[in-house]
Amino acid sequence: MSEHIVPTRVYYTIFAILMLCTGITVGVAFIDLGPLNTIAALGIAVFKAVLVVLFFMHVKYSTRLTWAVVVGSVFWLGIMLALTMGDYLTRGWRTYG
Amino acid sequence: MLPEPAHPQGHGHAHHPALAHHFDNLAQQGEASTLGMWVFLVTEVLFFGGLFLVYLVYRSKYPEAFIAGSHELDVLLGGINTAVLITSSLTMALAVHAAQTGHRRTLIWLLIATMVLGAAFLGIKSVEYYHKFEEHHIPGPGFVFEKEYFANVQLFFSLYFLMTGLHALHMIIGLGIMTWMLVWSWRGIVTAEYYSPIEISGLYWHFVDIVWIFLFPLLYLLGRHG
Repeated sequence: MSEHIVPTRVYYTIFAILMLCTGITVGVAFIDLGPLNTIAALGIAVFKAVLVVLFFMHVKYSTRLTWAVVVGSVFWLGIMLALTMGDYLTRGWRTYG
Repeated sequence: MLPEPAHPQGHGHAHHPALAHHFDNLAQQGEASTLGMWVFLVTEVLFFGGLFLVYLVYRSKYPEAFIAGSHELDVLLGGINTAVLITSSLTMALAVHAAQTGHRRTLIWLLIATMVLGAAFLGIKSVEYYHKFEEHHIPGPGFVFEKEYFANVQLFFSLYFLMTGLHALHMIIGLGIMTWMLVWSWRGIVTAEYYSPIEISGLYWHFVDIVWIFLFPLLYLLGRHG
């Protein structure tokens, strides 16, 4: 917890951006972009999540220890996703002979 | 319910009743609470992360079946629910602000607004579940779907019910926490000096919102085009 009191104006701005991004993500889903559809959907979701974490969850104003814990969670999630998908997605690459 | 007072009665110097004796002051105690909540949320990230991983593995294995399953979900209801949840995060953030600035009445109304929006989310979700039940899209012996995707699309619906169900369970727990905070705010236990309970309840609520921010595009918007 920080002593910092975030002005309500910040919350309203973040809310407006989150709603706008929700509209964009639905709109983009109906346009055929090939593999870019998934990248766009996940990119917007990550952007929205970062805004919620930094402003609604006050991490921007929190102690360095809180930062370390938050970054640590994403890092460990990344290890789990990257190593497992690295296995599953490369199983077809086996060479013979 | 209320943390032990810092010192027994008649100790000689006054403390805030919520200050536990092993902390120097409420600010330090609040920082420890926030850190503790974040450590819990790390376990939640990895808990939901495991399900997202299973989703990724099967989606990359059976992309057509997952697209076919996704087409059966209602984008309008899912989109409305996303907006409802983001709005509830706004009222929650404003509730923390009201707690910090000592506006008890505003805090109470904002907590009620957050709970109403949370309940609306669950209501819309149950309508969606009912539609799936009527369409026989519940995986198991009664499952009905096009022959081509019959086997693999059940994986999609299993993950859909598991992930949204676990998220809904978190929403229900969140409503319980909000009821608790409402009582504490009503009784005046939460003050401008001791707003940490509202702050960390808010962290939980926003986390549940973030899970939905990822669930919505992955389940509802997959392969909408073409």
